[in-house]
Amino acid sequence: MTKSIVVDHVSKRFTMRYHRTIKQMSIARLRGQEISDSFLAVDDVSFTVDQGESIGLMGLNGSGKSTLLKVINGVMAPDAGQVLTRGRIAGLIATGAGFHPQLTGRDNVYLNAAILGMTEKETKARFDDIVEFADIGRFLDTPVGHYSSGMFARLGFAVAVHTDSDIFLVDEVLAVGDKPFKKKCMEKMKEIKASGRTLFYVSHAAGSVRKMCDRVIVLEKGRKAFDGPADEGIKFLHYDDTEDDVSSEEEQDEELGSDV
Amino acid sequence: MTTTVDREHAEVPEDDLAGMRAPAPQGGLVDVFRHRYILKLLVRREISARYQGSVLGLLWSYVQPLTRFVMYYFVIGMVIGLDRGVEYFGIHMFAGMVFVHYFTETFTAGTRSIMRNSSIVKKMAMPREMFPVASMLVSAYHIIPQLVILITVCMIVGWAPDMAGMFAGLLGFAIVAVLGTSLALLFSAANVFARDFSNIVQTLTNFVHLAVPMIYPYTLVASRFGADHVNLYLANPLAEAVLLIQRCFWVGVTSDPEQTALTQMPDNLFTRGLIQLACCLVFLLIAQLVFTRLERKFPERL
Ligand SMILES: Nc1ncnc2c1ncn2[C@@H]1O[C@H](COP(=O)(O)OP(=O)(O)O)[C@@H](O)[C@H]1O
Ligand SMILES: [Mg+2]
Repeated sequence: MTKSIVVDHVSKRFTMRYHRTIKQMSIARLRGQEISDSFLAVDDVSFTVDQGESIGLMGLNGSGKSTLLKVINGVMAPDAGQVLTRGRIAGLIATGAGFHPQLTGRDNVYLNAAILGMTEKETKARFDDIVEFADIGRFLDTPVGHYSSGMFARLGFAVAVHTDSDIFLVDEVLAVGDKPFKKKCMEKMKEIKASGRTLFYVSHAAGSVRKMCDRVIVLEKGRKAFDGPADEGIKFLHYDDTEDDVSSEEEQDEELGSDV
Repeated sequence: MTTTVDREHAEVPEDDLAGMRAPAPQGGLVDVFRHRYILKLLVRREISARYQGSVLGLLWSYVQPLTRFVMYYFVIGMVIGLDRGVEYFGIHMFAGMVFVHYFTETFTAGTRSIMRNSSIVKKMAMPREMFPVASMLVSAYHIIPQLVILITVCMIVGWAPDMAGMFAGLLGFAIVAVLGTSLALLFSAANVFARDFSNIVQTLTNFVHLAVPMIYPYTLVASRFGADHVNLYLANPLAEAVLLIQRCFWVGVTSDPEQTALTQMPDNLFTRGLIQLACCLVFLLIAQLVFTRLERKFPERL
């Protein structure tokens, strides 16, 4: 089977700094307090993902999901182990990255798409679809600084879901945008899954994970605690009894907010 | 290496790994030029964002250097009187100012560039050298109007451009560009770890105007410092670059360019220039190595 992602004994260490200014640091040192402390946000995690698989990455807040996604995305380098990927990576992780408030929606679409790895030609070919998906109408040629936060997010999403990629990463982002838009995003993700691309989906929402994913990986304090079929993974987390349908999942997402 | 197929522990037969790679870009200045399209858009973004919503727009690129020039000309020339004995002191000064401005803009904007683009750096894998390089290119774009003014004025007063002068101009420009980029790389990375660095840069750039023969003639330094100390003064790559720039523009407008080049410029101007450029290239390499080391920690420190 063709591998899409190989995560091989990956660890990522973070340093927590308690004091920032020189004054605070010297006082802390005089008192014998810790100035910094390090911990493993991702701790010796290994797994492989086949081409076309869809994985739900679950776990409590702070368990290291976003960090693992950043390592897979290549933004962060692992401190130990290695990650290998095949093909282009995109996803709902860098939505709106590089958006400049003073530039128009149109200019920002091109820049954001380029940052997500698209060429000028590809962006041109998808431009109309992107604009239609974002549904921003005649605001397209006004500065994005004047957009409502919903419009801003929609435009970022629209670019992201239209990027060509072999691996699509999603990090609990469905908390922004209104209901019809969330529906549209879920539809789009299903489309992506159906097209045989690898999907890596971080979510607290058992309902949508069950719908979207074949396999669930659970992180607990940075360590892989579970790796197996989606149903069992959700049971493992005891998320099962609470929510089941898309609407409660959306409430859940709203409650938990988004840290993207 | 191993041959077991175990999905949970990532031991994969080597055949399956064919064509896979680490997701992070190689990085480095070389990789920046492989991502030219993003670079182009980033530069364009900065340029068009700068004058968005202003009525005069690009005209400001002319107004600002002109006012700065008039102010300097008035204070240095008329009030302090450093222009005595310098033919076309205005051109002597302005030629230097254009390139010193290019340097300080590259340095200050470059130093802030990683922080300013933290939303991209935190989320997307791309060569981060992109941002200081974009700052350098944006600064270069903004000196074009000033160069237009400079060349126009030179033409009006009767400029006799020569090959050696042209070469001097290019060499001076190269020194400023390479030095500015190196410092931008170094300080943009350092600025992620302590914001103090952007303040340090502000302080440093204040000295630049005084450390180069721009608002005073080189001959003044030569006569006051004596031979040994002049070499120290000329060890400053920016002083050398400004002299090369003046060799290009100012020398050509004086009444006897040959004589000016002989008496008003240091000896071995070109040899010194080439050595300086080589030193700046080595410095660029060092800056790149430091940047690569520090870059690993960018996403978590922003
Ligand atoms: N840049 C950082 N510096 C220090 N600690 C961090 C940083 N980013 C995340 N962490 C810590 O790493 C742990 C894992 O974070 P994260 O991957 O965001 O978790 P999750 O996405 O599962 O909620 C948390 O304890 C978080 O506080
Ligand atoms: Mg997270």
